[in-house]
Amino acid sequence: MATPPPIRAPVGARLIAPSETDLSRCVRCGLCLQHCPTYLATGLETESPRGRLYLMRALAEGVAQPTANAVGHLDQCLQCRNCEAVCPSGVPYGRVMEAARAQVLAGGRAPLSWRLRALFLRQVIARPGRLALVAAALRLYRACGLRAVAERIPVLRDRVLFAPTVAGRPFRRTGVIARPQGAVQRRVALLTGCIMPLAYGRVHEATARVLALNGCEVTAPAEQVCCGALHAHNGDRETAAALARRNVDAFLAAGADAVVVNSAGCGAAMKEYGALLAEEPDYAEKARRLAETVRDVHEFLADLPFAPPASGPELTVTYQDSCHLAHAQGIAGAPRLILAAIPGLRLLEMAHADRCCGSAGVYSLTQPQMSLRLLDEKMREIAATGAAVIATANPGCMSQLEAGARRHGLRVRVAHAVELLDEAYRDSGAGV
Amino acid sequence: MARRNLIRELQSACGKKWVLHAPEDLLVYEYDGTIERGMPEAVVLPDSAEQVAAAVRIARRHGVAVTARGAGTGLSGGAIPCDGGVVIATPRLNRILELDPENRRAVVEPGVVNLDISVAAAAYGLYYAPDPSSQKACTIGGNVAENAGGPHCLRYGATTNHILGLEIVTADGEIVQAGGETGEAPGYDLTGVLVGSEGTLAIITKAVVRLLPRPESIITLLAIFDEVNQASRAVSAIIAAGIVPAALEMMDKYTMQAVEAAVHAGYPPDAGAVLLIEVEGLAEETAEESRAVQEVCRDLGARELRIGLSPEDRERLWAGRKGALGALGRLAPSYYILDGVVPRTRLPAVLDGVYAACERYGFRVANVFHAGDGNLHPNVLFDERVPGATERVLDLGGEIMRLCVDAGGSITGEHGVGYEKRNYMSWIFSEDDMEVMARLKAAFGAEERLNPGKVFPTSKGCGEVSSRMRAAIARAGPDAYI
Repeated sequence: MATPPPIRAPVGARLIAPSETDLSRCVRCGLCLQHCPTYLATGLETESPRGRLYLMRALAEGVAQPTANAVGHLDQCLQCRNCEAVCPSGVPYGRVMEAARAQVLAGGRAPLSWRLRALFLRQVIARPGRLALVAAALRLYRACGLRAVAERIPVLRDRVLFAPTVAGRPFRRTGVIARPQGAVQRRVALLTGCIMPLAYGRVHEATARVLALNGCEVTAPAEQVCCGALHAHNGDRETAAALARRNVDAFLAAGADAVVVNSAGCGAAMKEYGALLAEEPDYAEKARRLAETVRDVHEFLADLPFAPPASGPELTVTYQDSCHLAHAQGIAGAPRLILAAIPGLRLLEMAHADRCCGSAGVYSLTQPQMSLRLLDEKMREIAATGAAVIATANPGCMSQLEAGARRHGLRVRVAHAVELLDEAYRDSGAGV
Repeated sequence: MARRNLIRELQSACGKKWVLHAPEDLLVYEYDGTIERGMPEAVVLPDSAEQVAAAVRIARRHGVAVTARGAGTGLSGGAIPCDGGVVIATPRLNRILELDPENRRAVVEPGVVNLDISVAAAAYGLYYAPDPSSQKACTIGGNVAENAGGPHCLRYGATTNHILGLEIVTADGEIVQAGGETGEAPGYDLTGVLVGSEGTLAIITKAVVRLLPRPESIITLLAIFDEVNQASRAVSAIIAAGIVPAALEMMDKYTMQAVEAAVHAGYPPDAGAVLLIEVEGLAEETAEESRAVQEVCRDLGARELRIGLSPEDRERLWAGRKGALGALGRLAPSYYILDGVVPRTRLPAVLDGVYAACERYGFRVANVFHAGDGNLHPNVLFDERVPGATERVLDLGGEIMRLCVDAGGSITGEHGVGYEKRNYMSWIFSEDDMEVMARLKAAFGAEERLNPGKVFPTSKGCGEVSSRMRAAIARAGPDAYI
């Protein structure tokens, strides 16, 4: 599938700087503090949602300048949106942070690292051909044993840990990828995304099988592109908007009942397409319409409702909430409902399951120190459950937790929750 | 140059990483939960009482003031450095040092979050009773300094009843013990003097807190009224019926609207006020009290009563109340939270006066408060970006405080005097009273070195220092970074 480079779509001024209304919504009550991973790790107001909002307001008003120090505080933010989920005042923190980063980037005083990051996201992540080359290199790096060696060298260990795991067969199928045995009850379109098909093609296969088993015809529209979440999170809303427009066209053309997404970050971004394209006359209405049909796969299955599997392998599982599922989309019950429905599966809750693992998009690469700190804490809490499997809902989280398991010598398997459901169906002999 | 040296010395005492001095960093230490602002010259985050003491001595040598700060959730400007100087922030002092279930007490550092004590003590069936609405975020150090209250203080009393002893750092930088692990120490009650001293006498570095056993049975009731007046009369009637609920809270229409939007608590949109009442104790006792409360509420016109028995149901009923303050941010860009106290029987009349005053000034007001204590919290909704609005709100605040005092009440129920209300002190204290307090402060050797500009009336404005610092940041000259 050849994809021409995305054209950066012009976006309205509203998207390039946080709106005053959004900023003034914070009343500084402080109820976000104990939910912010970076505040808990440092105790610094500068690394808290309340402090960052105040700083972003000062930047927007010109009271503070985008110095390396100021920009560094924005950079330390995971954008996990845990604060947003608990904010009584309803501050749309994710949206404010995206706009503030866009403002810094557009202001021409962004640090070189920000500009390189935006370039990489635009020129590699958004371009499947180039991304596939990177993936091939990563696949080789792991397969030839170089990774195992590098991760044993003390000076290299921490630096190479977060190189994403690329293994197994990539997912390249388009068009109708699965059909139910009986009558078609729903027609759904699957977002395949950028990283997931390369790193975890098996999750797409499992998703397609599970959906088909529950009466869905599953299509992967060939014209779809990366969802643009990473671009938006890193201040490049122009590229994000360009990608969004192409997805709006591709998925509306597919005419499915729902767009199903099995990557939490992408699902959250697509649900926000309406807001992202709100100022584009040609797209505002279409984007809003599409966004309303976007469903996270767990959400979709729970709403169907899915058929509980008749049996399943004996397993102990702990579930790590993916931030953009639990906090950005407000979905924490559905994945647990699915896991609990699997016979033989014992769900062992870890402490602070809804706290970020430190993956956070490209965060583990840009802020490895903080990422490692959060990951280490996470792995301790996971180890305490004694579970054999960590289930989660996003490729970034999967890769991060796999790295954590290697780093801590923990013999656990990391899986997408839907994979476990798929295995249970297969265990009980249900086939497509 | 002097500031450069100050920062360098703080760095060598507490570690470079834990001293903040860049303008953008100081900026986020200029606020707390109020609308006041004041920017420090440096912020230090010590890791031990010794480091706190060292920082205090350094500040003293440089002739700058010290202001202690916990989570910055205070509601009287207590953590705002009105005179610039050094802010000592306690988030790193967040260890529960000892949990002693046999003697029902815990020894904690000041940066421990209020709720975390109860979470840690839950394994022993114990909890820490004072529960400010910000208990998920606020710290014990700030609770002690402000003698924080909370819904359940109706039955159990404010923070001062739950502190057995303290370790403090004096203005001279000495570490001193006050009180003891047993509570009733002979001699003067130093602990009692320190609790509620708002950071003006000493800095708390350790607290011995009392833990209480969880009651056998708790019942939470939500009574919905058409009129505020019915609800406030029910408050007095409940107490007059000989019932002392653990908590007796009221929320009015605007508050309910905001809360509804935030947590979907299921409040009827057309109700005038709700009372949240909690009774606790032995099972038979609470069942009896719950019946009596329901009867009183019905007699006074409650149109609906909801009852929460399970922890989940009770938490749901409480969720609206605990997030109410932050939820007000949904109604207006700013709010000014007032804290006054009146005799319970005067609640209906004073509330009417509050509504009338706000109407006269043209501001909306949302009331959410500890009705059982007669502790009012009118929240005036406004937009601080409108020129002159803040001043008018402050004037209105003064008028409401006057209402409370004239009704035989006082200018603060639980938030403290702080910066905000220092100029109202003369309404309730004579010059002699204030002189005695000044002498007490002098006895601690604190003068203007610890949290200046608080409690005592002065004419100096908090904002002056802040605007000077803000200007420095806007210029972002190289020296601003030292």
